[in-house]
Amino acid sequence: MDFGPHLMLASIEGAVISAILVLTAMGLSIVFGVMRVVNVAHGEFFMLGAVFAWAVSTLIGGHAGFGFVAALLIVPVLVGCIAAGVDQLILKRIDYDVDRTIVATIGVLYIVQQSTLMLYGPEARPVAPPFNTRLALPWFEFGADGFQMIWPWGLSVTTYKLFVIIAAISVLGMLWFVLTRTKIGLIMRATQQDREMAQAFGVPVNRVYSWVFGLGAGLAALGAVLVVPIQQAHYLMGGDPLLLAFIVVIIGGLGSLPGTVIAAVLIGMSDGIISVFFSPTLAKIIATFLVAMVLVFRPQGLMGRVAA
Amino acid sequence: MVAVNILETKGLTKIYGGLQANTDIDFSLRRNAITALIGPNGAGKSTFVGMVSGRTPPTRGSVSFEGRDISQLPAHKRMQLGMAYTFQITSIFPGLTVEDNVALAAGRRLAHDKVAHAEKTATVLDRIGLKDRAGQVASDLSYGHQRVLEIAMGLAQDPKLFILDEPTQGLAEGEVEAFVALMRTMAEETTILLIEHNMRVVAETADHVAVLDQGRLLASGSFDEIRANAAVQSAYLGAPADV
Amino acid sequence: MTVSRTTALHFGTLLVLIALFFVLPAYHVGAFSRIMVLAIYAIGFNLLFGYTGLLSLGHAMFFAAGMYGFGLSMNFGGLSVLPAFAVGVLAAGLLALGVGLLALRTIGVAFMIVTLMFAQTFYLVILYFGEYTRGDEGFIIQQAQRNLAGIDLTTETARYFAAFTLFAICFLAMARLVQSPFGKRLVAIRENEERARMLGYDVGRLKLAALVVSGLFSGVAGAAYAMLFGYVGASFAAVHYSIFPLLWVLLGGAGTTIGPLIGVIFMFYLIDISSSFTNAYMLVAGVALVLLTLFAPQGIAGTIRKRAVSWLP
Repeated sequence: MDFGPHLMLASIEGAVISAILVLTAMGLSIVFGVMRVVNVAHGEFFMLGAVFAWAVSTLIGGHAGFGFVAALLIVPVLVGCIAAGVDQLILKRIDYDVDRTIVATIGVLYIVQQSTLMLYGPEARPVAPPFNTRLALPWFEFGADGFQMIWPWGLSVTTYKLFVIIAAISVLGMLWFVLTRTKIGLIMRATQQDREMAQAFGVPVNRVYSWVFGLGAGLAALGAVLVVPIQQAHYLMGGDPLLLAFIVVIIGGLGSLPGTVIAAVLIGMSDGIISVFFSPTLAKIIATFLVAMVLVFRPQGLMGRVAA
Repeated sequence: MVAVNILETKGLTKIYGGLQANTDIDFSLRRNAITALIGPNGAGKSTFVGMVSGRTPPTRGSVSFEGRDISQLPAHKRMQLGMAYTFQITSIFPGLTVEDNVALAAGRRLAHDKVAHAEKTATVLDRIGLKDRAGQVASDLSYGHQRVLEIAMGLAQDPKLFILDEPTQGLAEGEVEAFVALMRTMAEETTILLIEHNMRVVAETADHVAVLDQGRLLASGSFDEIRANAAVQSAYLGAPADV
Repeated sequence: MTVSRTTALHFGTLLVLIALFFVLPAYHVGAFSRIMVLAIYAIGFNLLFGYTGLLSLGHAMFFAAGMYGFGLSMNFGGLSVLPAFAVGVLAAGLLALGVGLLALRTIGVAFMIVTLMFAQTFYLVILYFGEYTRGDEGFIIQQAQRNLAGIDLTTETARYFAAFTLFAICFLAMARLVQSPFGKRLVAIRENEERARMLGYDVGRLKLAALVVSGLFSGVAGAAYAMLFGYVGASFAAVHYSIFPLLWVLLGGAGTTIGPLIGVIFMFYLIDISSSFTNAYMLVAGVALVLLTLFAPQGIAGTIRKRAVSWLP
C-alpha cells in the first residue's frame, strides 16, 4: 500500500480511538470540573464496562445484536451505580478532600481491578460485534490515465467502526444538550461554581455529586462497551485509557469540556497515526513526557484560560 | 548616618484586570515609629502591604527598604532583610506546638546557635504571655491566643519593620487593651506599619497616620491632623467636604 | 528527657532487628532482609510526604534509578560493588534534582500528576532500551560479582546484616535530620507554606532539597535491593512501586520516624499471606488504602502518638 492510503487507514483507526477516548475523558473531565476531585479509578470503571459487556452479552446469548444492545443499555447504568456507591461510601466521608480522594481512589482502583481478577480471571475475552461488514474504501490518484479512482487492497473499514464513531458523536451531542439546555445541567453548573451557594439555594449537593460521579463512570463504561467488539475485555485494560484520559484532560485544560473534546480528537488521531508509523513505546514516551511538561509550564492546559 | 525613612515606595501601582487597586503610591515610612495605614474597605490597603512585603507583584513602581531597591526581591528575601508580616487572616502552623511556632520564627536567624535560639524563644513566649501554653498545639488555642501567637512569631524575628495587617480584628475588648499595651512596648525597638480599622487603637498607638482611599494616598499626618482633614471625613463618611 | 526516650526507642528498634535474626526461622530472616531494604525506601518517601507534605506519585523512578544505576554499571561498566552502589545513589539524586526543578513549579494535584507522568516516562524508557535493560523480564547480577571486600553478599547472614547496616544508617540519619533545623523547616512548609515563606524561608529551595534527599534515600534502597537480591527489573519502576511507599507510610504513620518500618512490615506480611490464597493479592493493598483514608489517616504510629504516647518522634 502506498503512503496515502496507509495514512487514511491510520486516520480511521485514529478516529475510532478518538471516539472512545472522548467519552472516557469526558467522564473524567466532568467529575473534575464539578467535584474538583481527580478520580484515579476512572480507568477501572472503563474496564468494568468492558467486562460487564462481556457478561451481559454472554448471559443473553442468541444473536450478537441482542447482547450488544442489552449491554449498551444496562452496563453504563450499572457501572454508574457502582461509582455512585463509591462516592457515597468513601468520597463523601472524606469530604472530597483533594489529596485523600486521590489516595482513596488509588485504593478503589486496586479493589476493582483485583476483584475482577478473582471473579473474572486473567483471560482476555472477546465480544462479538452486532454487525461487521467490511467496506472497501476508494483512493484517488493521478496516474498515467489522469485522475482515477482505485480500490487499494486492504484499505477498508468495518461498519462497526463507523458505528462507534457515529455513536460517540451522538452521545456527545446528547451530553452537550443536557449540560447546556436542561435543568440538570444548570444544577451541575451551579454546584461547580459555588458549592455552598448552591446548597443554600436548595441544590442537594451531595446527591448531585453522586450523580456526577456516576455519570463520569457511566461515560467511561459506555466507551468500553463500544470498544469490546474491537478490543477484548481484560482485567488490566484500564491503565491505558486512564493515562490517555488524563493526558486529554490536562491538554484540554482541567475541567474545560470543549477543550476536552478537541484534545481527545487530537490525541486519539495522533495516537492512531503515530502508532502505525512509529514504535508505540517511543510514541508513548514522547507523549507522556510532553504532557508532563505542559502541566509544568502551562498548568491551565493548552486551551484553557489563565484563571484571574 | 541612618536615614529617617526605613521604607519608601515610588509610583507603586497594581492593576487587576483593568481595575486599579493601587495608583501611583508615593509613601515613606519613618523609622522607629508606629505608622497606621487606614482607609475604608476596598481602599487597597492589603494590596499595598502585599506589594511592600513581596506577596503581590506590582504592575509598576518601586519599593526601597533601608535605602536599597527591593522591588525585584521575592517575599522571603525581603523578610530576610528584616521585615516581619502578620496576616489579616490568622496564619500559624496549626499542627505544631506554640513553642515550635515561635521557635520556627526565631530559627531563621538563630538556628545555628542553640542557646541563643532557645533563649529568644523563651523570652518571646514570656513577654507575650503564652509561656504556660508553650506545649499546647496551636490549633487548640482560642482565636485571641492564636492572634497573639502570630504577633509573637513576628517579634521572634526581631524585625526592623513589622507589618501588622488588621491585628485586632475579631479580638474582644480586653484583648484589644492588652494588644495596645504590647504595641507601645514594641515601638521602642522596631518600626511598625499598622493596618487598622479600629480608630481607638489608631488614636492610642499611632505616631503617624496615612489614609488610603480608592487606591490613592489621600492624606498623611498626625492623628489629629487626619481627623480634622475634610477629604478624609468625606472618604469615610461619604459626606461632602464642606460639611 | 525527650531526647533520651527518642534515642532509646530508635536503638531499641535496631536491637530488636538484630535479635530477630537469631530467633526467626530462615524464611522470615529472608523476609526481614527485604523489609529493611524496602523500609529505607519508605523512609525516603516519608521525608517528602510525611514531613514536607508533598505527595509524589512517581517515587518508583528514584528507586529504579538506584537499582539500574547499580545493575547497569556493574554489568556493562564492569564496576565493583561499592562504586556501582555510588553510581546508583548518584543517579537517583540527579534524577530527583532534575525532576524537582521541573515538578516543583507545580503544586497540589498537578504535582502528583507530573511526578506520575515523569515516572511513567522513566518506566517506558527502561522498556524502550530493552536491549540493555531486558525490559520487564529484567536481568540477574551474578552471584560472583556481589562480593564486598571478600564478603559474599549472597549468604543469608551477610545479606541480613548488610540490609541491617544500611537500614540503621538511614534510619538514624533520618531521625536526626527531621529533628534538625532543616527538618523543622520542612514541617513548617507542610503545616503552612505561605507562613513559612513570610518568615523568610526560601520555600522553593527547601522543597527541592527535601526531594533530592528523598530521592537519594530511595536510590540507596534501589541499589541495595539489586545488590542483595541480585535482580534488576522494570516492574520496580512501574506505578505499583510508586504507590507502595505511599501505602507503607500511610499505614505506619506519616511524619513519624518509626512509621515507615512498621508500615512495610505490616504490608509485607499482609501481601505475603494473601498471595498464598489468591493471585489477586493487590486487593489487600486497595482495601488498606481505602480503610486508611477513611478511618486512620494518621496510620499506626500516628494513632499511637495521638492516643497514648505524645512524645513519639
